[in-house]
Amino acid sequence: MNDTLIGARAPKLDAPAKVSGRAVYGHDLVRPRMLYGKIVRSSFASARIVSIDTSRAEKLPGVRAIITGADAPARSFGYGDDNQILKAERVRRVGDEIAAVAAADPFVAHEAAQLVRVEYEPLPAVFDTDDALCLNAPLLHPQHGSNLFRHQQYQHGDPDAAFAEADVVVQDEFELGYVANMPMEPCFCLAEYDAGGDLNLYSTTQVPYLLQRDLAEALDIPAGRVRIIQTVIGGSFGRGLDMYPFEPIAALLAHKTGRPVRIAFDRREEFLAAPVRQPMRVKMRSAAKRDGTLWARDAHAVLNIGAYASWGAQTTLVMAQTVGSLYRVPHARFIADLVYTNSPVTGAMRGFGNPQSTFFVETQMDRLAEALGMDPLEFRLRNANRPNEITLQGLEITSCGMSECLQAVGAMTDRAADDASPPPSVSLRRGVGFAATMNVGGGARIYRSDGCGATVKVDDFGRVTLITGASEIGQGSDIVLAQIVAETLGVPLETVRVINGDTALGLWDVGVHASRTTFIAGNAARLAALDARAQILETAAEQLRVATGALDIRGGTIFVTDDPAQRVALDKVVRARHFRQQGTAVIGRGWYDPPSQMADANMRGNLSAAYSFGAHAVEVEVDVETGHVRVVHIDAAHDVGRAINPMLIEGQVEGGIHMGIGYALTEQLLVENGRVLNDSLREYGVPTALDMPSIDIQLVETNDPQGPFGAKGVGELGVTPVAAAIANAIYTAVGVRITSLPITPEKVLCAIQAK
Amino acid sequence: MPLFDIHLTVNNIPTKVAVRPQATLLDVLRDALGLMGTHEGCRVGECGSCTVLLDGKAVNACLVLAPDADGRTITTVEGLEQDGTLNALQQSFVKHGALQCGYCTSGMLMTATAFLGEQNNAVAEMQVREALAGNLCRCTGYTKIVKAILAAGNE
Ligand code: FES
Ligand code: FES
Repeated sequence: MNDTLIGARAPKLDAPAKVSGRAVYGHDLVRPRMLYGKIVRSSFASARIVSIDTSRAEKLPGVRAIITGADAPARSFGYGDDNQILKAERVRRVGDEIAAVAAADPFVAHEAAQLVRVEYEPLPAVFDTDDALCLNAPLLHPQHGSNLFRHQQYQHGDPDAAFAEADVVVQDEFELGYVANMPMEPCFCLAEYDAGGDLNLYSTTQVPYLLQRDLAEALDIPAGRVRIIQTVIGGSFGRGLDMYPFEPIAALLAHKTGRPVRIAFDRREEFLAAPVRQPMRVKMRSAAKRDGTLWARDAHAVLNIGAYASWGAQTTLVMAQTVGSLYRVPHARFIADLVYTNSPVTGAMRGFGNPQSTFFVETQMDRLAEALGMDPLEFRLRNANRPNEITLQGLEITSCGMSECLQAVGAMTDRAADDASPPPSVSLRRGVGFAATMNVGGGARIYRSDGCGATVKVDDFGRVTLITGASEIGQGSDIVLAQIVAETLGVPLETVRVINGDTALGLWDVGVHASRTTFIAGNAARLAALDARAQILETAAEQLRVATGALDIRGGTIFVTDDPAQRVALDKVVRARHFRQQGTAVIGRGWYDPPSQMADANMRGNLSAAYSFGAHAVEVEVDVETGHVRVVHIDAAHDVGRAINPMLIEGQVEGGIHMGIGYALTEQLLVENGRVLNDSLREYGVPTALDMPSIDIQLVETNDPQGPFGAKGVGELGVTPVAAAIANAIYTAVGVRITSLPITPEKVLCAIQAK
Repeated sequence: MPLFDIHLTVNNIPTKVAVRPQATLLDVLRDALGLMGTHEGCRVGECGSCTVLLDGKAVNACLVLAPDADGRTITTVEGLEQDGTLNALQQSFVKHGALQCGYCTSGMLMTATAFLGEQNNAVAEMQVREALAGNLCRCTGYTKIVKAILAAGNE
């Protein structure tokens, strides 16, 4: 097969619409007779609701409906089955949903929401995980019996004995702060009942097929009567992995008024109610043998999950993977406690536990190397994961370019050091730090199915349409899937369009997360295209009177391989198949569910059909007078299996590095008594164009045996090693280890002064 | 609520709009004129998603009160195409992969349009980064945006 489209730097299919202002995002959506919904939220972190008075709001002209807990189904919902659509009796965090208004105009909706009077009786609250685990702590969910949502333990080998016999041991406490996904478009949904009574929800979700089910369950209606339509989404990064109360609230308001109702967060509400990453404290030790063999790891993490559990609770599985399987480690233990507090709701965020665990694991890899007197790269290479190896945790690593990635950044950094100019000021110190990463690259089975369905149709005019369950949320899956289909079918790329994001049209998909779309949806699309190809060849063989095996397709033309002059155009073949007695259409069907396992109760199992690897070398400049850290340059090497679209992969890595720099240095939600104090993008600290370093990216291609054309997932690979590599670089530059994120100038300065 | 009329020239078309006194230029463009290409990311001048040209200068439309725009000339992302085709800067964004979710893109394009319009000489990367400092992007890390603007500015 010719491979011209695999590896092409083709622009995203939606790029022209997005540069011309034509793309219609959720926030741009208007429907006839549409109403504006606004949620009344709790101003207390923990309180009993004494009364709700909606009478003044109801009198406001333009108000069409006001609902409270009494109007919502009584049942609970959510990952922990602990949340209510509208809280009738008790609130557990600042921002909890109490009532909602629908009005003809957004200003009226806003005013009406402010007129709803809620009388509270404050209840004791807990914000800190240690306090929450005290014997007499007030319980957030008394039916749960404790504030400990979940306790998990993973182990292989004999860590205790291993530490006793090891030659060097390092030990640290890590503290990771609050950060948020912070996509540029805040949350959105629009609920509309159609004439047949079906609920249509336009949504910024990442999991339309799970949302279809979750929404129906929460509303107590049949899931078959719910259709989820994804809008063009202005970023998400994990935010859309759960259903949140605003979605069923919009549906309830639409039902009550008989009109479409939209709920669009503004930035303030996004800060108040969109999920954030779990802050956590980690006690960890690592050990090695004198010969440079990594010997053992033992980590205990306590996560603050906020007032309600989400899919974010599963991040501990990923952390266990990093602790147990990043590098070959004979003995490992990981314990996680997930704790409810009266704090912001936490969720999923790009990397899903891995930026956190890579930070603490890779910091200690550096410390071990130092304790051994070994070069940090050499120590890593010595213990790197290898191809075709089953880790002691049960991860079946197939393709693996970890060593190549480490060697690549080593070489890139040597080259950079040769032409490094001296720092421009006497107070500046430069240093280089390394970190590697392993991430699921072939899906992640955290649900009963990790599958995706695809249909490829070829119309009478040779236009190809892929209908996929996959979700395009900006990452560019549309063009990657189009490249796969075009390549498989043998048609020009511009003849392929991609339809996605509608549960009524697409086949099921578990959603866009875990860097899974290229691998899973790509395999499904490829299978569907192969099926369509077989149908085309069948008819063409009849037309050209040869066996199907004698034919090939290129550029939309079917021809006899040995005699290319014998040819027929694709559209002609489709029409010949269509317009005849008992004619039929070209409809290719594909379904792919990877060969992987759900983790067992002990967090073991081969979660993914492939694993992606990478390594970063980061050069920082630290001002010893101010503690300010500037990231000067990053060399990034990533094992992506096969690069179907290098431009988009670079985009994922560069965007990931941006988030990683924010996580490491600048981003922080200041939360006090459950309240976010810095609810503004600037104060929160999203890095700007001036905060970004120069970046060199090298793609390592290992051709994964299961991946579509050899590709593996890359969506989270760029972000995971960044914070660790920066912290290690700071150590090289000024000799201080900062083990809490973000690494603010104050922390650096204090550490330098304490030295 | 009392409305009053303002006159604007938007993407070369003279327009009269009735506005509420506290409406912003962003509200006028999106809600009254249906120009949804200009996006709202914060409403307080921090993200740059709403950047438009006001008499040729890049401004955050969310910070301009509609009455203050009376009698002035506005260009939005919808006004960038020339004869129905993407202009050189737009094409450069497409070609270099300078967008992912695209929510920041209109603002980036308008800021870059104003910036490039002010340059007589070749543009340097640091200048572009400084020009973009008021526009946040959560997807791209800015790398390819900077590249696309440099390519368009120096060709
Ligand atoms: S919406 Fe105007 S700067 Fe953010
Ligand atoms: S492309 Fe998504 S915010 Fe810039």
